[in-house]
Amino acid sequence: MENFTPVSAAIGGALIGLSAVLLMALNGRIAGISGVFSGSVFAERGDKLWRVLFVVGLIAAPAMWTLAQGAQPPFEITQNWPLIIAGGLLVGFGTRLGSGCTSGHGVCGLSRLSPRSMASVALFMGAGMATVAIAKSMLGA
Amino acid sequence: MGRNIAALLAGLIFGLGLTLSEMVNPAKVLAFLDLFGNWDPSLAFVMGAALLVTAIGYRIAWARPKPVFADQFQVPGNRRIDQRLAIGAVLFGIGWGLVGLCPGPAISALTFGGTPIFVFLASMGAGMALFEVFDRSPLKKSAA
Repeated sequence: MENFTPVSAAIGGALIGLSAVLLMALNGRIAGISGVFSGSVFAERGDKLWRVLFVVGLIAAPAMWTLAQGAQPPFEITQNWPLIIAGGLLVGFGTRLGSGCTSGHGVCGLSRLSPRSMASVALFMGAGMATVAIAKSMLGA
Repeated sequence: MGRNIAALLAGLIFGLGLTLSEMVNPAKVLAFLDLFGNWDPSLAFVMGAALLVTAIGYRIAWARPKPVFADQFQVPGNRRIDQRLAIGAVLFGIGWGLVGLCPGPAISALTFGGTPIFVFLASMGAGMALFEVFDRSPLKKSAA
């Protein structure tokens, strides 16, 4: 557990919560990224611009952070293209079919004790952990 | 106007939270999912803090009759756990475990994640488009 960063994790998490609260208090909307993002393309006209602007903010924040810090946030990702493509397809299709991801079900749904969100989080966390365990055993790591 | 500025602000704060907590780093997310390896519980702290703030903040927000820039609070009322929810969550979890990216961090990493992020986002977009096709096709009935 030498990489455990509880303080920055809790501060960052509180900011994510603040964002979800603002979007509800001001616009009456759930801050579910998969739904907001997908809707920026597929939602009805008149329901798109706020979604696009939320996504712009999401992208601009780390870019501004990079300018202020003079360094990019730490980022390490697999270079295995089939894995990246399969992962992207599964995340895109799965979050839409299951009506949400880590933010919509994980943060917004759990905080209002939605039974659907509790089931979703248990399933995607379990599937994620199982996938990592299986991938590691197949690679012999 | 207010509603659009509010969304931009919320997006900025969300992105800052993901950056500060290092959730934009796939390796850090995978270290959380690696329960039986060198486990990094940071993601649980991110979720815990976010949940605490949201649970309290939502109650304060809902004490008002309506949102500041909208006519009503749009909160999902469906409480039924069905096959679509379960299959969707499992598929998402597998994809999350393969790469260490869920939608928020994937989008946030656009300016610094290089080619892998472009490929991941294109695939994620294709997966979402595939769902729109599936959702409008007769297949939907048999799977629902």
